[in-house]
Amino acid sequence: MNAPNQSGWKPTTPEAGDGAQGGLATTTGNKALMLEEPLIFEIADNQTTGVDLPEVDAGAADRLGGMARDADIGLPGLAEPEAVRHYTRLSRQNYGIDLGFFPLGSCTMKHNPRLNEKVARMPGFADVHPLQPVDTVRGALGVINELAHWLIELTGMHGVAMSPKAGAHGELCGILCIRAALEARGDAREVILVPESAHGTNPATAAFAGYRVEDIPATPEGRVDLEALKARLGPDVAGVMITNPNTCGLFEPDMRAISDAVHEAGGFVYCDGANFNAIVGRVRPGDLGVDAMHINLHKTFSTPHGGGGPGSGPVVLSKALSPYGPLPYTARTKDGVVHLVEEESADEFAREHFGGPLSHFGRMTAFHGQMGMFTRALTYMLSHGADGLKQVAEDAVLNANYILRSMEDVLHAPYAHSGPCMHEALFGDKGFAEGLSTLDLAKGMIDEGYHPMTMYFPLVVHGAMLVEPTETESKATIDQFITAFRSVAERAKAGDESLKTAPHYAPRSRLDETAAARKPVLAYTDPQ
Amino acid sequence: MRYLPLTDTDRSAMLDTIGASSVDDLFVDVPEVARLDGPIRDLPMHASEMAVEKHMRSLSKQNLAAADAAFFLGAGAYRHHVPASVDHIIQRGEFLTAYTPYQPEIAQGTLQMLFEFQSQVARLYGCAVANASMYDGSTACWEAVAMASRVARGKRRKVVLSGALHPHYAEVIKTMAKFTKDEIAGSEPSIQAQPDNEGLIARIDEDTSCVVVQYPDILGRLPDLEQIAEAAHAKGALLIAVNTEPVALGAIKSPGELGADIVVGEGQSIGVGLQFGGPYLGLFAVRDPKHVRQMPGRLCGETVDADGKRGFVLTLSTREQHIRREKATSNICTNSGLCALAFSVHMTLLGEKGLRQLAAENHRLACIAADKLAAVPGVTVLNDSFFNEFTILLDGDARQIVRDLADDKILAGVSLARLYPHVDGFTGGLLVAVTETTTEEDIETLCSALKEKLS
Repeated sequence: MNAPNQSGWKPTTPEAGDGAQGGLATTTGNKALMLEEPLIFEIADNQTTGVDLPEVDAGAADRLGGMARDADIGLPGLAEPEAVRHYTRLSRQNYGIDLGFFPLGSCTMKHNPRLNEKVARMPGFADVHPLQPVDTVRGALGVINELAHWLIELTGMHGVAMSPKAGAHGELCGILCIRAALEARGDAREVILVPESAHGTNPATAAFAGYRVEDIPATPEGRVDLEALKARLGPDVAGVMITNPNTCGLFEPDMRAISDAVHEAGGFVYCDGANFNAIVGRVRPGDLGVDAMHINLHKTFSTPHGGGGPGSGPVVLSKALSPYGPLPYTARTKDGVVHLVEEESADEFAREHFGGPLSHFGRMTAFHGQMGMFTRALTYMLSHGADGLKQVAEDAVLNANYILRSMEDVLHAPYAHSGPCMHEALFGDKGFAEGLSTLDLAKGMIDEGYHPMTMYFPLVVHGAMLVEPTETESKATIDQFITAFRSVAERAKAGDESLKTAPHYAPRSRLDETAAARKPVLAYTDPQ
Repeated sequence: MRYLPLTDTDRSAMLDTIGASSVDDLFVDVPEVARLDGPIRDLPMHASEMAVEKHMRSLSKQNLAAADAAFFLGAGAYRHHVPASVDHIIQRGEFLTAYTPYQPEIAQGTLQMLFEFQSQVARLYGCAVANASMYDGSTACWEAVAMASRVARGKRRKVVLSGALHPHYAEVIKTMAKFTKDEIAGSEPSIQAQPDNEGLIARIDEDTSCVVVQYPDILGRLPDLEQIAEAAHAKGALLIAVNTEPVALGAIKSPGELGADIVVGEGQSIGVGLQFGGPYLGLFAVRDPKHVRQMPGRLCGETVDADGKRGFVLTLSTREQHIRREKATSNICTNSGLCALAFSVHMTLLGEKGLRQLAAENHRLACIAADKLAAVPGVTVLNDSFFNEFTILLDGDARQIVRDLADDKILAGVSLARLYPHVDGFTGGLLVAVTETTTEEDIETLCSALKEKLS
C-alpha cells in the first residue's frame, strides 16, 4: 500500500456495443457524468493525510504502559481534494429522495427539510457532552421534553421513553416494559402473538426479549382475524404486536375490540408505529387502547434515513406501562423545570413527583438517546403544527389512494375491493407473464428513473409490491410515476424479456448476490 | 404549508379519480370513537421557517457549548476536531436522503462506502471482519455478549464483566440479561493505579461464555488484554474487548492483535461529534472469520454484476430479522449509516499518518495535563498509564466542584460520583480527558481553578 493504486485496478472497459449499458466504449470506462471510482485502498497510501496536525515525536511522551503500537494499521489517507472527489463520485451512484420519487412502502421516504439540518448543527445542540452538569444543558433537556410533549399529545398516550435508538430498539423497549409490568404483578407469561403480515423486527424483538412467538392469522380482507385472536388469548399470552395501519396498508377497524380482548385476558397491546404517518394528527393510538408504540422519527417526523440510519425510536406508553420505562428519562415538574432522571435520582424523584417508586427496567443505551434526531423532529413538528400534521396524514392517504385507483385495472390489487387504503397501496404479481416477476418489474422502474417500491413484503401477498408515496410529492410527480408504472406493468404482463436484464441504465446491472453470500468478501485485502 | 406540494385543485381532482367526496371518506375504517374532528388542541399551529429557527436557537442558547468552555469531558464521548469536508459530504442529498441499500444497482455509493468503512474498522481493531455499524458502543457491547452466548450454543450462562467497563455499558448488559437469564458477574472498578487483571481472571470459569474488558478502561488505564485473552481461551470463553476512544488505537496495540475475539466500541470520536449523546456509531468486529455468521447487523460484501463489473451488495442476510424473523441473530434493522459515512470520510482524511499524529498529539497533551494537575495541592493522579484520559483524586467533592467550575465556563471532567451514584468512596474521583482540541491555556485554567477550590 505504499505506492498509490498498487493493485493497478481500473474500471472495466466494456467492448463497444457490449454490456448492459451499451454504447461506445471509452478508455477510462467512464461515460461523461457516469464516473467509475476505485476503492480508497486502491488510490490512497499511508503517507498522505488530509488533516494538518503537529509533527509529534511519538516516542517523546510515552505513558502507554508497554501497550504502544508497533505494527502498521494499514489505513489509506487522501488529501482533501481527492477525498472530497472520492465521496462525491460515490454519492452520484446513489438514488435519494432529493433526486426523485422514492415510493418505498413501509419506509416513509418523505422530503427531509433542510431547516432541520441547520438546527441540529447549532452549537448548543451539536457541541454539548451528554455528561455535562445538568445546569449547562437545560436547553437540550428542554428539547427532549418539548418533543416528548408533542409525542404524547399526538398519540393520546400517558408517557414516553425517549432513549431507544431506532424502531427495532423501540420495539424492544416496549416489549421490555410489558415484561416488567407483568413481572411486577408476579405474572410470568411466555407468548407474544404477532400477525403473519408483521415486519420481521416484531418476531425478532419478541424472541430477543425471551418470548415465544405465535402467528395470528389474517382474514381474506387483509386484517387481523379477531375471532382467531380471541380464541388464542389466555393466561400464557403476554401481549400482541400489531401494526396499525397494517403492512397491507389497511387500517385495522377492529383495533379497539382487539385491545379490549387482550386487556381482558390480562395482556398488553404493542403497536408498531412504523405506519404512523397515515394517521398522525387524525387518529390517536391511545384512543384505540394501545399500551406501547414506537415512533420512527426517521419516518413520520422527517429525520433523514442516511442510507440506513441513524434512526430514533421513542416509545409512547399507556398509563399502565408508564412506570416501567427505561432510564434515563426527563420530566418537567410543576415549577416548570425540566429534570434529567438517572440511576441516582430515579427513586427519590418518583417518590416526590409520582407518589411512589418507579419500577424502571434499567438502561437500554448509554446516555440519553438520539439528540440529533430530536432536534430535527421537533423542528419539523413546529414547522407543521397540529394543523399541518393533520394535512400530512390526509395528503399521504390521498396520494396512496390515487395511485391505487389509477393502477388497479392493470395490476392485481388484492384488497382494493375492501375499501380505501391508508398511506400505501399494495399490489401483487398475479397476471404477470410466465417467467417475469416482481423483481423484474422493480428493476424496470429503476430504468424509468424511480426507486422501486418495497418488494415481496408483506409476505401474505404473492409477489407483493408496496407503494408509499408520502405527502411530499406533487400531483404532477405522481401522475408521471403512474404513467411509468402502468407501462412497466403492461410489459411484465406481456412478457417483455428485456425486463429480465433490467436495469440497463443504472451504474451497475444486476449484482450476483448468490456469489456474494457463498464466498463472502467483507473487507479489502492488499494484493500480495 | 411549505413541505406540502398538493393544491386544493389537485386534491379535488384526485378525490374525483378515487370516487370519494371528501378525504374523510378515506378514513372510514377508523372507528368513530377514535376520529378527531379538528387539529389536536394544546399543540401550536404551523410556523414559518424564521419563527421555528428563532425558537430552536433560543433553546440552543440555554446550553453551554464545549467550544465556549475549557473542556475536559470524556467517559465514552470525546470532543475532537472534525474537518469541514466531513459535514459537507454527509449533507449531500445522495447520501443523506438515501435508504438502506436494498436496491444495489442504484446504491453503489452507500455500499462501496460501507465496504470501505468495514475494512477501515477491521484494520483499526486488528480483526478480520467488521459489520456496517450498530446504534452505539453500548448496544454493540450488549450484542457482542448475546453473540458470545450463541457461539457457546447457550451452554455457558455466565458473563464476566471487568469492573472497569463503562457503567452505562454494564447497565445495558444487565438490563438485557434480566430477560435472557444470563448470569452477570460484574463489579465496580477498584481505585488503583493498575487494573485488577488477576481478580478478573479469577472469576473466569468453565461456565463463562465471555469476558468483557474495556481498553483503555473507564479510568483511562490500559489493561493487559493479552494476559486476559489467554486466561479466557484456556477456559473456552471468548474475550470481548470494548473501546470507547478509537483515536487511542493510533497509539496502542489493537485489541485483535492482543487476542480479543470480538471487538466492539464507540466510533463517535471520528467524524461524528458530541451531539449530547447521539446519534453515535457502534463498531462491531470479529477476529476470526469463522464467527461471521453469528454476527448481528448488516454486512456489505463484494461481488460482480451481470457484466462482470465489480460491485457491492448487502450479504449474509439470512442472519437478519427480515429473513429469519424470530430466529434472527438480532432484531436490528436501521443502524448508523450516515455516522459510518462521517467516520469513514474523517478516517480517509486522516489516513495512517494522520491518525498516528492525532493520537500522538492527544497523548502529548494528556501527559502535560497530568503533570500539571499532579503539581496542584490536593490533586493526585491515579494512573500509571493512560492514553488521553486519566483519573485524578481530589481532596474534596468532585461532583460539586465540577458543578461550581461550570459557572466559570470550565467543564472540568466527569466525576466518578456521576457515573457510580450508588458506590461509596468515589467522592473525590474525577475523569479528565484531553484531546487535540484542548489548549495548554485550557489546562492552566483548570489547574488554577482547582488550586483555588482545593486551598
